[in-house]
Amino acid sequence: MRLIFPTSGGARILGKSINDVSVHGSIGYLPEQPYFYDYLTAHEVLDYFARFHGLTANDRRARVEGMLKKVGLESAKKIQLRKYSKGMLQRVGLAQAILHRPQVVVLDEPMSGLDPLGRREVRDIILELKREGRTVLFSTHVLSDAEMLCDRVGVIVGGKLRGVGMPGELMEIKSHGMEILFELPNEPSNFPLLAKAARTGERYRVQLPEAELYDAFDQLKAAGARISSVTQLKPTLEEFFMNLVEADRAQAAAVEVSGK
Amino acid sequence: MRNIRAVAANTFREAVRDRVLYNLVFFALLMMGAAILVGQISIGIQQDVIVSLGLSAISIIGIFIAVFLGVALVSKEMDKRTLYSLLAKPVHRWEFLLGKFVGLVLTLAVNTAAMTLGLYAALWSVKRPLEPADAYILVAVYLILLKLALIVALALLFSCFTSPFLAILFTVGLYVTGLFAGDLRTVRGLRMDPSTLQFTRGISYLLPNFQNFDVMAPVVHGQGVPASFVWNATVYALLYTAIVLAGAAAVFSRRNLK
Repeated sequence: MRLIFPTSGGARILGKSINDVSVHGSIGYLPEQPYFYDYLTAHEVLDYFARFHGLTANDRRARVEGMLKKVGLESAKKIQLRKYSKGMLQRVGLAQAILHRPQVVVLDEPMSGLDPLGRREVRDIILELKREGRTVLFSTHVLSDAEMLCDRVGVIVGGKLRGVGMPGELMEIKSHGMEILFELPNEPSNFPLLAKAARTGERYRVQLPEAELYDAFDQLKAAGARISSVTQLKPTLEEFFMNLVEADRAQAAAVEVSGK
Repeated sequence: MRNIRAVAANTFREAVRDRVLYNLVFFALLMMGAAILVGQISIGIQQDVIVSLGLSAISIIGIFIAVFLGVALVSKEMDKRTLYSLLAKPVHRWEFLLGKFVGLVLTLAVNTAAMTLGLYAALWSVKRPLEPADAYILVAVYLILLKLALIVALALLFSCFTSPFLAILFTVGLYVTGLFAGDLRTVRGLRMDPSTLQFTRGISYLLPNFQNFDVMAPVVHGQGVPASFVWNATVYALLYTAIVLAGAAAVFSRRNLK
């Protein structure tokens, strides 16, 4: 974003060097914890940013109005930003990032500081951008967001890129086994599976290797159980991340012990 | 051009909304007070007092705004991180800088114009009607404005590589030194060795010479200002300001914003 400069090397976006200012016409950027001129209203700040994209006055007005509606700030558009909450500022930030319909959108922690409703709205906007064929790159600490939204994920631990790929690929879709959730009739008979199951309320939960699944079904059928769900146990992105962190720590500890 | 205009307009709007123009109330009160007071003392010096007080106030208030707002132009945007979203737009850093400069100079021009009107109103109230020679006040005001533009450029330059506090200190320091730049040139040091004298003279040509913009004495007494003086001051201010802004742009374009 031309905020810091490389000590060496370079980077390209859309085939153009990042030092080329014209490429910024095709990029949208939301900084982490965005701040805007607090003496302006949301409408004014968006209109101001729109001016740098060479839109006509009519175009600007239409775009700004549309964008305010999209991010749910229409009713607050005449209020100065100094009276906005953090979540509202985040929406203004998102609006200014996508106002000019950029091909590439870079969002730094787009969901931080938002309530559950706001997070969902941001998620919807990101998915909409994706549907429109735009590339969205965003950073997050909430790994479930990444898992839910991303086609490709890069994991950075300790400042180093530790893995890039589809979320599934990254975690080597290797099933950890299956989990069955079931309920039993009032007077349960004893059967081998029950010994392995954990009870929560009315429900029983049991984890077993995939190969034993059909045998388990037979036992449950015989006992007259009602199966609520059968799920494949997959590692989450969070587990993948934690494994990397653990590995890092172990390595650091090893280095410390060996005195290197 | 479009980008510079957008930044300039926003800078002007910021100044207005931050109530910078409220200083005009102070100036108005000062002028009214002076007009009332002068009416009670000797008739002969009424004009002198009003004009010199008015021009001094225009200059001092202007310098105050130029230094403090000039330093804040860029540093505030960096502190508040408002710059981050802006620089992601297709806008060069020098365009941003120039827009900020133009915006503040525009603010100062409007402010100075309003104060000049106040000065004429005070003058009219003590010696109606006004004389043609009173038009020279406009020349003095024009030169003050040139001086203010140069100060803004200096403040901008310093704020690009140092903290706001130091930038204010440097700007004020350079302004005060610049007031004596002409004297440095003609200094006849009795005990100075020739190399020191040469060094002092050399420095005096690098310093912004703010004496170039001072026509207070003739204007207060209703005397004219030679056109060549105004012309020279204009060219000097334009060149010096352009060089300082180019330096500021060069520094700012390389600065890492973390």
